[in-house]
Amino acid sequence: MYSVPVAGLCPQGSYGIQDSLRSGFTSVKNELLPSHPLELSEKNFVLNQDKMNFSTLRNIQGLHAPLKLQMEYRAARQIQRLPFLQSSNLALDTLRGSDDTIGFEDILGDPAQSEMMGEPHMMVEYKLGLL
Amino acid sequence: MATLAVRRAPLGGFSFENCKRNSILESEANKVGFSVPTARKTGTTICGVVFKDGIVLGADTRATEGMVVADKNCSKIHYISPNIYCCGAGTAADTEMTTQIISSNLELHALSTGRQPRVATANRMLKQMLFRYQGYIGAALVLGGVDCNGPHLYSIYPHGSTDKLPYVTMGSGSLAAMAVFEDRYKTGMEEEEAKQLVRDAIAAGIFNDLGSGSNIDLCVITKGNVDYIRPHDEANKKGVRHGELEGVQLTGDYRYKRGTTAVLSKVVNPLDLELLEETVQTMDTS
Repeated sequence: MYSVPVAGLCPQGSYGIQDSLRSGFTSVKNELLPSHPLELSEKNFVLNQDKMNFSTLRNIQGLHAPLKLQMEYRAARQIQRLPFLQSSNLALDTLRGSDDTIGFEDILGDPAQSEMMGEPHMMVEYKLGLL
Repeated sequence: MATLAVRRAPLGGFSFENCKRNSILESEANKVGFSVPTARKTGTTICGVVFKDGIVLGADTRATEGMVVADKNCSKIHYISPNIYCCGAGTAADTEMTTQIISSNLELHALSTGRQPRVATANRMLKQMLFRYQGYIGAALVLGGVDCNGPHLYSIYPHGSTDKLPYVTMGSGSLAAMAVFEDRYKTGMEEEEAKQLVRDAIAAGIFNDLGSGSNIDLCVITKGNVDYIRPHDEANKKGVRHGELEGVQLTGDYRYKRGTTAVLSKVVNPLDLELLEETVQTMDTS
């Protein structure tokens, strides 16, 4: 859960082959480095922020505080719709305090408006661990 | 049979999908000799000064797109909250969106705390957002306002550093404006004196910097009152077009005087017409 993922080594297009239109021609250098310096830091921003907040909380209040909060986070993360549908994450937002802030993640690239959807059967099987 | 893939839940915010493609396109275009279109900047002069009762913010009104003026009268002083205003230099879209986001966040914060927002709060929000994006959001801001602790003035750089000072300038014309400030700034000025100082600083930027021009906008913020003066001074008026009288457009006149073309000979043939019938049909103008 807390590992920081790097760009995968497998081709990113559909059908498992290189999508030249979107990601350019293949080369090892392309795959290893992210396409933009901000890409990695943005992908992991919420994760890193939570990590920082929990460690500060642990230093101030002791181990019990982050443990209790993380339990609540796990509970809130389980309140979701079916895996291929977009859920509002309201409980999670309230816990994090981001229910009364607006950032670029609310304005640009709204997941509710995204043009692609995961294949329902595959997503459910993946979630249940049957894949 | 095509393979199906499992998709991770998409996050909102900036999408970097096209970055690789864009950099490849750019290098290909540069090889052939084209250049990629640039974003519209506000190559600007903005400044702010603290006077006895509050803050005076000033800005020019030119937006440039490379070597061309994109907007002759754009508004660079943005609203953050009723007692806080912010001038923006750099990429026009970035300053616009950033100030709007911070304005919304401050409003939500004020509703949540039940108090008037403070300038330091806006400053902290802006610097944390700009640092998160490591300077890729090109917004250089002058933030000023009056709150319960008095008047405050901050300058915020695109990478996220801020300075709290009694007088600040930003933008491509900042050196010209700063020269005027360094010469004539005094603590505890009166309002008229401060307005004149800011007007002169922006005028210095307008006349000495290519990226700044057109009019001078001012915003005077005091405790409980904001004066948004746009334009305060039309330093560069456009000329009057031939056929335009005090701004009222006369239609272009293409008729020439009699005698412009010399007449060689003249023949008049009267036509004999017989009047048969005359009817009048009224229009229904009810």
